[in-house]
Amino acid sequence: MTAIATLDLTPRPGAAPLHRMVLAQAGAEIRAMLRNGEQLLLTLIIPILLLVGFSTVPLVDVGAGARIDFVAPGILALAVMSTAFTGQAIATGFERRYGVLKRLGATPLSRTGLLLAKTVAVVAVEALQVVVIVAVALALGWSPHGDPLWAVPLLLLGTAAFSGLGLLMAGTLRAEATLAGANLVYLVLLGLGGVLFPLDRFPAGVQHVLGLLPISALTSGLRTVLSAGGGFPGGALLVLLCWTVAGLVLAARTFRWE
Amino acid sequence: MGVPEVDSAFDSTLGGAGDVAPAVEIDGLVKRYGSTTAVDGLTLTCARGAVTAILGPNGAGKTSTIEICEGFRRPDGGTVRVLGLEPADPALRPRLGIMPQTGGVPPAARAGEWLRVVSGFHAHPLDPGALLGVLGLTDHTRTPYRRLSGGQQQRLSLAAAVIGRPELVFLDEPTAGLDPQARHACWDLVAALRAAGVSVVLTTHQMDEAEKLSDHVVIIDHGRVVAEGTPESLTGAERQLRFRARPGLDLEELLAALPPGSAAKESPSGHYIIEGQVGPQLLATVTAWCATEGVTTEDLRIERRTLEDVFLELTGRELR
Repeated sequence: MTAIATLDLTPRPGAAPLHRMVLAQAGAEIRAMLRNGEQLLLTLIIPILLLVGFSTVPLVDVGAGARIDFVAPGILALAVMSTAFTGQAIATGFERRYGVLKRLGATPLSRTGLLLAKTVAVVAVEALQVVVIVAVALALGWSPHGDPLWAVPLLLLGTAAFSGLGLLMAGTLRAEATLAGANLVYLVLLGLGGVLFPLDRFPAGVQHVLGLLPISALTSGLRTVLSAGGGFPGGALLVLLCWTVAGLVLAARTFRWE
Repeated sequence: MGVPEVDSAFDSTLGGAGDVAPAVEIDGLVKRYGSTTAVDGLTLTCARGAVTAILGPNGAGKTSTIEICEGFRRPDGGTVRVLGLEPADPALRPRLGIMPQTGGVPPAARAGEWLRVVSGFHAHPLDPGALLGVLGLTDHTRTPYRRLSGGQQQRLSLAAAVIGRPELVFLDEPTAGLDPQARHACWDLVAALRAAGVSVVLTTHQMDEAEKLSDHVVIIDHGRVVAEGTPESLTGAERQLRFRARPGLDLEELLAALPPGSAAKESPSGHYIIEGQVGPQLLATVTAWCATEGVTTEDLRIERRTLEDVFLELTGRELR
């Protein structure tokens, strides 16, 4: 053991600048996400397997055009949902359960700082997902046509909408319920949100309702600007904005920190 | 007006006007959980730069009290000031070091990495590596928290409480589950904090810990303070003669031989305690009486009451 006299314990308290606190916590969150096997399965392995499988094998009738042009934007939306919603909900739920959120509340890192750190971490992991998915999609022959710059606000607003819903779940349910629920919602939205199965296969009435889901809005918006050659995805952005406001307001009102 | 001039940098770091306030000032604190009253009108003051030990049986209200001071829980009545501020005041966060009773660390986080993250929240932190060294955790720098033993987890939590160079440290049962070596390492750290001018408030079940470490001991039971003072003032100057012998000695007869004002009791069976003018005369009388009765005494000794005696007298012997 090192001699205790080497430590200068004289009080010298002070909070680090906000950006340093946020980066320290974001680094911890990113390491936790990349080291967690189940999380990697959800955020990278499953999306890549679906991307390769559904674009090379005619499993679903996606209408005219190259299969990859239909599948790639859907997989990008799925990646955002897996990290911002499912992964974040489960991780935060267990942080609450293990007293991590309470312990962090006793440090100079404010709740705002913690939320900023979580956002930075989610966006960083999504950036990694986008790079990998786009690289694989390009290798599979994807040639995006449209206005890719509009993909950025879609991805960011999609992240905000899914984060709000994920934190709403994590802050109110038990950790085990969040684990089960977040995975279930992931599967249901994967099936019903136009990610792999085109929404126009559903009856017209159902189609309109499903089109209002955050995953459908994100998927159709990305498809418009990345594959269909479209411009400003106003409808999709509006739907995502509504989900963002609803999710974050409810989460802020109901979140229990311990 | 004789107000001392304060270096402005020092003033802003240490909170200015609040700086003359006690470390902790609690007045008439009440905390209820449903129909249970955990803290029932508790009043106490913890001085600056001193080590205060809060003792009490399980369920006495120790953790509720400390968690209210830490800002984790809200009181139902009374006032609490920590370094002169409301416990929930965000300005307190960098000035406090907190070691909760359990947990608070992500199970997969590695010891060294987690401590580095916590150090990143502070402006002038201690070096995480040096701190791990002092607490004997260097070999576990890369071990995930869930793979640490209970004692190692406790020490990591203690490290996180002091890494930001706080003015006031709250330690909730810091040595619970520690082996003797780790307990001494923890005691050394508390003594070093005190020597550096840090105020420490700790809870414990261990009387030797309270006796050894603290300047001030507060015994609480049923949510109220039942006794407080320095360890010496609580145990008193009064000495006792203690010995072991066969159970059932006739204490009435022994008392008749002793000077007036003496007291004798058998507690537990076969353990005898004589109180009064404990000196050479009393010792000689007791041993002479034992000789005439044909009683062989073992472990005959004269000592002060221990803190444990005081504690059991005040809080009773029944289990809870």
